[in-house]
Order: sequence, then C-alpha cells, then structure tokens
Amino acid sequence: MTVQQTPILALDRVTKTFGHGTGAVRAARSISFSLHAGRALALVGESGSGKTTCARMAMREYLPTEGEILFKGQPVEGTNAAEAAHYRRAVQMIFQDPFASLNPAHTIAYHLKRPLMLHRPDIKRSEIDATVRALLQQVKLDPDLVAPKYPHELSGGQRQRVNIARALAAKPEVIVADEPTSMLDVSVRLGVLNLLSEMKQEMKLGLLYITHDIATARYVAEDIAVMYSGQIVEWGNVGKVIDNPAHPYTKLLLSAVPDPDVRFDDPSVRLRPEDVEDIRRQSAMTQDRIVEVDSDHFVRAA
Amino acid sequence: MTAPLLSVKNLTIDYIGEEKDFRAVDNVSFDVAPGEVFGLAGESGCGKSTIAFAISRLHKPPALIRRESTILLNGRNVLDLDDKALRDFRWREVAMVFQSAMNSLNPVLRIEHQFYDVLKTHKGMSRPQARDRTAEMLKLVDIAPDRMRDYPHQFSGGMRQRIVIAICLALDPRLVVMDEPTTALDVVVQREILQRINELRRSLGFAVLFITHDLGLMVQFCDRIGIMLAGKLVEQNTAEAIYGSPQHDYTKQLWASFPSLHGGVLL
Ligand SMILES: Nc1ncnc2c1ncn2[C@@H]1O[C@H](COP(=O)(O)OP(=O)(O)OP(=O)(O)O)[C@@H](O)[C@H]1O
Ligand SMILES: Nc1ncnc2c1ncn2[C@@H]1O[C@H](COP(=O)(O)OP(=O)(O)OP(=O)(O)O)[C@@H](O)[C@H]1O
Ligand SMILES: [Mg+2]
Ligand SMILES: [Mg+2]
Repeated sequence: MTVQQTPILALDRVTKTFGHGTGAVRAARSISFSLHAGRALALVGESGSGKTTCARMAMREYLPTEGEILFKGQPVEGTNAAEAAHYRRAVQMIFQDPFASLNPAHTIAYHLKRPLMLHRPDIKRSEIDATVRALLQQVKLDPDLVAPKYPHELSGGQRQRVNIARALAAKPEVIVADEPTSMLDVSVRLGVLNLLSEMKQEMKLGLLYITHDIATARYVAEDIAVMYSGQIVEWGNVGKVIDNPAHPYTKLLLSAVPDPDVRFDDPSVRLRPEDVEDIRRQSAMTQDRIVEVDSDHFVRAA
Repeated sequence: MTAPLLSVKNLTIDYIGEEKDFRAVDNVSFDVAPGEVFGLAGESGCGKSTIAFAISRLHKPPALIRRESTILLNGRNVLDLDDKALRDFRWREVAMVFQSAMNSLNPVLRIEHQFYDVLKTHKGMSRPQARDRTAEMLKLVDIAPDRMRDYPHQFSGGMRQRIVIAICLALDPRLVVMDEPTTALDVVVQREILQRINELRRSLGFAVLFITHDLGLMVQFCDRIGIMLAGKLVEQNTAEAIYGSPQHDYTKQLWASFPSLHGGVLL
C-alpha cells in the first residue's frame, strides 16, 4: 500500500473461533487489514466466509480469539472507559437492513438527536435542531419534509440515507458498512454509494465496505480484500485485483459476476462443478505463504 | 409458434384496503412457452411477487384478482381450480422457489424425509421408491446422494437452496416460478445454481418464470424479459433486445444505474 501514515483502524492477525471442540467454526483466520483516512476498503467473497464477523470485531461487538485490533496504532484491548467511549463514537456502523435498524415508534428527528446528545457534548442544546437539519441536508434529504416523519413513511433509499446521517451524527472517523445497499433498488443504490464516497472524501473517513456486488466495490473503494473460508486470499489496489486476479478463488468469483454479454447457454463459459469443487478444496486450506503479484497487489498460497 | 404453456391475460390485482384499494398489478398480459425462461424485472414494489403468487395460486387476502383476469396453464384457467384440482396443480404443474426457501426446510427432519413427504403425498410413493427418486434428484443438483440422511443445518445456504430446488423438481412440474432465488448468496453459488437450472430445463423441458433485481443476471439466463413499472408491464422482448436495444425510457434508465466491472463508471 502506498499510504504511509498510521491507519485509523487495523486488524492485526485476528482470528475468531465460534464454539469449541469438533463443532468449532473458524470464522476468521489470521485476518489483517487497515482502514485509512479518506480511503475505502471493499471486503468481498464467499457467503459465510467471515466478512460480517470481521465487521463485528471492528465494532468491538465480538472479541477476537487471537490477534489485536489497533486504533491509531494502539491496541484497543484493555483501554480505559474514556478511550472506549471515544472508540464507540469514532467507529460507526451502517447495517444491511434499512427497515430493521430504525425504531418505528420514533421520528427521524429523534433518531438523529439521540446520537448527537450521546456523542457530541460539543454541540449546545439550542443548536441540536439546526444540526439535525444540517445532517439531513448532508445526505440530500429535505429536512422540512423528512425530520417529522416516521420510518415507515420513507422509502428504502431514504431510510438508508437516514442511517448514514445517524452514523455521521457521531462525527465518526471510520464507517463500517455491511451490504448497505443490497436491500435497496438498483435505481437508488448508486445514489447511496455516491453519498458514501463523497462523505469518505469530504470528511476524511475510513470506510469498510462489505458487498457481494463486486462492480460496486470498484466504484466505491480504492482497496479490496477477497475472503474465502475465513481467510483473506487476495488483496491490494482494487483495479489491479479485479483486472489481474491471481488467486484461483478470486478468478472464480470474478468469472461469476453477472455479465449481460455472457449467456448461460454458451458452453465456453460454463463453470464445471468439478473445477469449482477443486478450487474450493484448495482455497479452504491454510494459505500462509504471501506472494507479491505487483506493487500493492498480494495473494496468499498454501 | 407452439402453444404457450402459460398465458397470463389482463391480470389485474388489487390489495383491498380499509379506505381505498391499491392496484398492485394493472392489466398485465404475457405468454411463456414450454421450456422457456421468462424474466420479470422492475423496482421494488412494482408487483412482481404479487404476479408470482397469483400464478402459483398462493395469493391471499387482501389480494383480490379482478374478474377480467385469466391465467391459463396448458389451456386451463388456474383461477377456476377447486381445492382438489389445486392440490394436483401445485407441485405437479407449478412449483415455486422463494428467496428465503433455504430457510423453509424443516430443521428437525432429515433431507430424505422431506422428499418423502412430498413424494408420498403427491405420487403415493413408498419409502424405497422415494429414496431412489431422492438420490436421483440430489444428483441433479450436484449433491452427493449419501447426504440425504443429513439435516438441513449440515449444509451451506447455497446447498440448502439447491435441495429446495431438487424437491420442487421431484414431481416434474411444467413451470417453476423463482422469486429472487439467489439474492442472499455469493455470485459463484448463484451462478452454480442458475447454470444447473438452465441445463435441467434444457434436458427436462420445464419452463421458468424468473424474478430478480439484477438485470445483467436476467439477460444471462432468460430467453425473454418483461419490464414492470408500478404494476404495468411496460416492455417485453427477447433478452438480447432488452439489453441491446431497449425501447422504453424506464428500461434505459434501469440499465444506466448499473456500474460495470471493467468499464469504469457509468452515469
Ligand atoms: N454468532 C455466531 N455463532 C456461531 N457461528 C457464527 C456466528 N456468526 C457467524 N458464524 C459462522 O461464521 C462463519 C462466517 O459468518 P459471517 O456471517 O461472518 O459470513 P459472511 O461472510 O458475512 O457471510 P454472508 O456473505 O452470507 O453475509 C459462518 O460459518 C457462520 O455460520
Ligand atoms: N399484503 C399487502 N397488503 C397491501 N399492499 C401490499 C401487500 N403486499 C404487497 N403490497 C403492495 O403491492 C405492491 C406490489 O408488491 P410486490 O410484493 O408484488 O412487489 P415486488 O415487485 O415483488 O417488489 P420487491 O422487488 O420488493 O420484492 C407494493 O406496492 C406493495 O406495497
Ligand atoms: Mg455477512
Ligand atoms: Mg418481490
């Protein structure tokens, strides 16, 4: 990576195991990645490969079984109460489901006031209403129309903008977005992604963008990491990884991205089940050799 | 031209409300030929699932199908079927796969038993007969037959979705209705499932009504596509034409909202 300054948030060889004995699931295996101010990292890969587990560890909802989470270079484990509160403000999450994450009994204004009162002692009470308006304007919603409404009165895209505004209310340094647009319509998806990109640049946020939609990863992120079975198998500059994938799983994943120029009836593009199983078997093995494919482009091998 | 397998004519469906009714499907007509994959695309709330439910006769109040509507399957009006005819119709003629179908398997029953329930009820099969059929169906979806003794939680989401599809195909339906069958899965698993269904409809001859948000995926899989906007079918054509020369402004707009993998950024 060409970025030299200390990352805001980093996972350093983090492992997460659920359960124990024969039923244990190693959901994340020795995961390392960094989030930098003004940059986005896209985390893509297999369903069940551990993406959400990584997000939840970054949010400190799960404790890593091994390894460390670093905030501005310092381990977060064992910090005092004030530092923990600072972290809770600085690292905000946007969830997949814009419907479930808002309370149906409260207005949009209420949803934005709460984090302001909780995280922003710098804002005077008399300024809270104005700040709510400013937040809504920032996510391109009309404050007069939207602030008094209840969640069910908004469309999915509008609700996800409210979720972004709520995350921004805490004045975060990092945003973790786990499939933030997968439940939204195609026509509003790009709008929400553009908004996240803008926020990232203007507010110098570090963004972790988890998605199954790899074309949007390229659209939003500078860096990408590809996960399979708990491991990051390939990572680096988003263009280099997508245009020149080196790991067999990354190649498989990219070959399966929906493409209207490729018809399933064309026998030359058929994925052979034997080959797919082969790649799965190989990729599930511990990949502890790291190979540099190019500057800012790395791949793991067994 | 061969006679259509499914012929939807002037389908109008309202959701009956306390104060006023909401027209979810507005005078929609389309045909699906035997063995054809027909796609329905359009934004959330445009009425796709409402149509899918009506064709499977799974719609419930407050959905009300208006009288001028007909849904002919092999020439018979699905909307006129009585309870007994409906039991035969479901599964044997039309099977339906939903987005969350993989969670619809009974968690405490072995896979084998779940096949047996369907095969016994609809075909009167004995256990050994059902076991043979189960093995055959699991092989079709690339799952080792010896795993029929396993429980649902022992399979990944993609495998569970394939098992549901195998159960749906076990009675040789003529039409399979698939409403967002792969939305929560990664693109490799999605491709495996749809590629297999494409091969199976070529070999077994069933038709598919396919619903998804992903227009690119729809063009890869479908022979013909209908584009819906607010309850109306605004354009229908071959997949090539919907992609290469869309006519309706709304179809063009839908295409414009997709970023592409290698082509940089649209907009
Ligand atoms: N709380 C938990 N307890 C036990 N196992 C868990 C828990 N959370 C996740 N897992 C398991 O860990 C693995 C990784 O799950 P995770 O949700 O992180 O995957 P993901 O990459 O986010 O998948 P998807 O793309 O489907 O959202 C899976 O095998 C999952 O079943
Ligand atoms: N039970 C119901 N009562 C009242 N209105 C309903 C009901 N079910 C659906 N609707 C309305 O009917 C319209 C069509 O819904 P439908 O579920 O068919 O849309 P869809 O095209 O499948 O959308 P999606 O892509 O989100 O699945 C929507 O506006 C919806 O709000
Ligand atoms: Mg997840
Ligand atoms: Mg639907």
